[in-house]
Amino acid sequence: MSILIKNGRIVDPANKVDGLLDILIEGNKISKVAKNIKAHAHSIIDATNKIVVPGLIDMHVHLRQPGREDKETVATATAAAAKGGVTTVLAMPNTNPAMDCAESIDLLKGIINKNALVNVLICGTITKNRLGKELSEIGALKKNGAYAISDDGCSIDSDELMLEALKKAKQAGILTICHCEDKRLSGKGVINLGFNSTRLGLRGISNESEYKRVGRDIELAEKSGAAVHIAHISCRESVEIIAKAKKKGVKVTCETAPHYFALTEDELLGYDTNMKMNPPLRSKEDLALIKQGLKDGTIDAIASDHAPHTENEKDIEFERAEFGVIGLETELAASITELINSKLLDWGKLVEKLSFNPARILSIDKGTLSEGKIADIVVISCEEEWKVRKSGLVSKSRNCAFLGRTLKGVVDYTICNGTVVYSAY
Amino acid sequence: MLWTKKDLLGLEYLTQGEIELILETAASFKEVSTREIKKVPALRGKTAVNLFYEPSTRTRVSFEVAAKRLSADVINIATETSSVRKGETLIDTGKNIQALKADIIIMRHNCSGAANMLARALDISVVNAGDGWHEHPTQALLDIFTLKEKLGKIKGLNVAIVGDIAHSRVARSNIWGLTKLGANVTLCAPKMLLPVEIEKTGVKISSNIDEALRNADAVNVLRMQFERDEGAAFPEQLDYYQRFGITEERLAKAKKDIIVMHPGPINRGVEMSSEVADGSNSVILEQVTNGIAVRMAVLFLVAQARETKT
Repeated sequence: MSILIKNGRIVDPANKVDGLLDILIEGNKISKVAKNIKAHAHSIIDATNKIVVPGLIDMHVHLRQPGREDKETVATATAAAAKGGVTTVLAMPNTNPAMDCAESIDLLKGIINKNALVNVLICGTITKNRLGKELSEIGALKKNGAYAISDDGCSIDSDELMLEALKKAKQAGILTICHCEDKRLSGKGVINLGFNSTRLGLRGISNESEYKRVGRDIELAEKSGAAVHIAHISCRESVEIIAKAKKKGVKVTCETAPHYFALTEDELLGYDTNMKMNPPLRSKEDLALIKQGLKDGTIDAIASDHAPHTENEKDIEFERAEFGVIGLETELAASITELINSKLLDWGKLVEKLSFNPARILSIDKGTLSEGKIADIVVISCEEEWKVRKSGLVSKSRNCAFLGRTLKGVVDYTICNGTVVYSAY
Repeated sequence: MLWTKKDLLGLEYLTQGEIELILETAASFKEVSTREIKKVPALRGKTAVNLFYEPSTRTRVSFEVAAKRLSADVINIATETSSVRKGETLIDTGKNIQALKADIIIMRHNCSGAANMLARALDISVVNAGDGWHEHPTQALLDIFTLKEKLGKIKGLNVAIVGDIAHSRVARSNIWGLTKLGANVTLCAPKMLLPVEIEKTGVKISSNIDEALRNADAVNVLRMQFERDEGAAFPEQLDYYQRFGITEERLAKAKKDIIVMHPGPINRGVEMSSEVADGSNSVILEQVTNGIAVRMAVLFLVAQARETKT
């Protein structure tokens, strides 16, 4: 099989390319990137007036399988990913069973082999069952194909245990992803601590509960020499702490999610549970610094923190509703709408955050459109607007923070491993 | 001024004009309770459902009396014995009540925002009878009604609110209502009982009770809501009483005619002395009486808003 993508604007920051070129895909690989390729391809994609970029790599996705197939499955999540232009996801390990041993990973691998529409990489846990008590066999997780470890949803309270984990991770050559939250500080909080939590009569979650743990994890990364990646940063102090650490040469990278640069705590004033996530939507000042961090490179990656929940877990009293929102289908459009439209980032920089940097952080040979590489490619109509509607979502769950909003940027084709896995036509 | 809202969820959501309309309507309904036959046909043929997820006697009975004096039929649902015990969601419960062709749900709930959520899901009226720490609009309205009745106006009055502001929906509703009507509000509480950034509502903060009372025309004394925040830090009761309790000695240093209010139930000897509660400055029982008129006004207005819409 061969596919020829004609006349698109190719944005490939890894190769410093931004221009009108054709791409020829033969088998599962990119065989040629050049002007006016003349070849007899099985199919031709006319990408005139469209943008062609490496497939998105989303480092933070909850597939919910195994264990909560009522919320999402590998099949539905990867279909949602394909629709959103995401060709690789890192599956968070808070499944049931948790990804804390070789057997669990094999179980998930079996499901992925059968059902996944895009590439799924597995993240193992740092501690057994993510309880923060006893380390998983980190070396074995790596050997069985885990690309990172994380106790996502929880942070390890014990400094000693976290340090030991980082040393083991360094030994095994695996990345540690940190969910930074001191639950002694965030407690039973449900939204950002501030005037809004006061007027809504809801318990607040302080910035401090996040950034103190960011600071600690960076300190331990420095001590151990291990690489850490800070997940879903939401507040200004986290950006500042990470910027300082990077300057100092600590091996730290980080991600934020579209909702932290697109939405603020003011969305909560109607008690909309689709705006409830952890960390919470923060203040305008926080949002401004998250954007600044994206611009100046402090924030390496954009990840969705796709967290599906059923309607009966969301359509209830605010404080009882689950934390989390889905994002695979909206992250690209939300990024275009908020970052490209406002000229905060150019396309090259955006592709770095959505594809090239995640590949680099996860040490995978992706995120570029180099000849000879596996063909994971997205074709985008970047000026086209669409309204986010429940009925249009492919994910099994509907808890999207962008429902009702008009976003810019529609995925026309998603090609994964040389095959069209999504087409808008 | 025309009332157009099908629900009453909180005073934050009302304009000054809407609050004044409720107060005026309440004033005209107050007389009904003094008649020999304490009933008008304003809501005849309407059904009001008291849906209380938290124990309450005073508010529930007050709403029931108010609805009955307007000739509405009243149904009380005690959640301990209903389908709620079997795990029915709030919205399902609400939709079932709506399917029974009830007109108004009066709800007390322990979760902040529960009334907002229910109101969004239903076409019938929802009156918030207290949700979590969020709002208790009819309590604040009756407090303000009582103040206005006593002092003739709200604008320019100095009102102190003392006690557990953090966990108090009564405080929040009073703050919104009083500031919208132009009163100067001072909050007085130990720091641990003040919610963050509350000064953004336009209130002043004082940690000294004598200072807070000095120029006050009225003081609204709140209950310590120990039951609302398990595990949170509360001041020692005796220590609190010594620092913030309203006593005759403290009142002696305040304006002579200072009005003392309390939403009840009182913890005598914790937030105020028995002498003050029963003393000549206290309007606590008048508040209870006025609660009926205010709730009659609210039920009447929300029912009318639905009627004019359909």
